[in-house]
Amino acid sequence: MSVITIERKILEKNDEIARQNRARLAEHGILALNMVSSPGSGKTSLIERTLEHLNGKLRIAVIEGDVHTSLDAERIARYRVPVVQIVTQGGCHLDAHLVAEAMAKLDLAHLDLLIIENVGNLVCPANYDLGEAMKVVIISTTEGDDKPLKYPAMFRQAEVLVINKIDLLPYLNCRLDALKQHALQINPALKVFETSCTTGAGIPDWCAWLEAMTRRKSAVPEAPGHGG
Amino acid sequence: MSIARSLLEMIAQYAPANGRARVKVVRLRIGELAGVIPESLRFCFEVASEGTVAQGAELQIEHVPVMSRCTDCRCDFEVEQYAFICPNCDSPNVELISGNELDVIELEVEEEGCP
Ligand SMILES: [Zn+2]
Repeated sequence: MSVITIERKILEKNDEIARQNRARLAEHGILALNMVSSPGSGKTSLIERTLEHLNGKLRIAVIEGDVHTSLDAERIARYRVPVVQIVTQGGCHLDAHLVAEAMAKLDLAHLDLLIIENVGNLVCPANYDLGEAMKVVIISTTEGDDKPLKYPAMFRQAEVLVINKIDLLPYLNCRLDALKQHALQINPALKVFETSCTTGAGIPDWCAWLEAMTRRKSAVPEAPGHGG
Repeated sequence: MSIARSLLEMIAQYAPANGRARVKVVRLRIGELAGVIPESLRFCFEVASEGTVAQGAELQIEHVPVMSRCTDCRCDFEVEQYAFICPNCDSPNVELISGNELDVIELEVEEEGCP
């Protein structure tokens, strides 16, 4: 019996491609968001609302990750922005290599904001750096207030939390204060937005912030490095 | 599943190419925040390793707790219940020291039929 010492990260290959993605995005001054959530949180609706507000002000493209279908990409394509669909064939997360391939299909020289919609899952996407500037977690009030405690890794790694479907609060058992408290105990630096894609509540705040972040990014191209 | 596949790719890089070699044990270090469920990783590994040099290998997993350092008072502490707040000074300004690991440490390899 012999022992072979390795001492390496299992996902180091992914991390290396993520670094390359990040460098390419930085070179073009593009802000990239990695949008993560459970299924049904309203992630695609939030992207649609965001496009309604910011398309025309910013040059936006969307990368749509989905397990099997291209339905979400069809929804996004109506907003006349470049969309690249990634079908993961059952895979429960996007990885840096898939995103690199999708980025190759986009005209990066003419983009300000890249929205990457990850597969609906709060576990596996936490391990895969895509090269994004920030992870945005979307959770809906219907999911209950203890969701952050069930998926702490994702909430720890995210920069932004969007609490969606706040219009449903009167009908639910979800305590908004408890939800925020749970999320902030895991990650006190989280920037929190409360939205409803149905009524439009909170969407202008989220979009104004996103626009400011994007303009900051395009104005000052950063040196490549790990942002997460 | 893709973690198991990445793991096998790495094993293939290190394990002897000799057809009679067998990987018996794979030692991993996995942090509590990596969100990996050992049972499902074991299951995926078993499926994905079939027909490879690591078929039937045992995964030995060293669990790493979530440890943080307070950037205000500099104390180190173990994070319990995912509360990232310094127990010494109540500061929320804490950085992660460990808990995100997803590392391969070493392999134990047996070359069958060797003296
Ligand atoms: Zn302290």
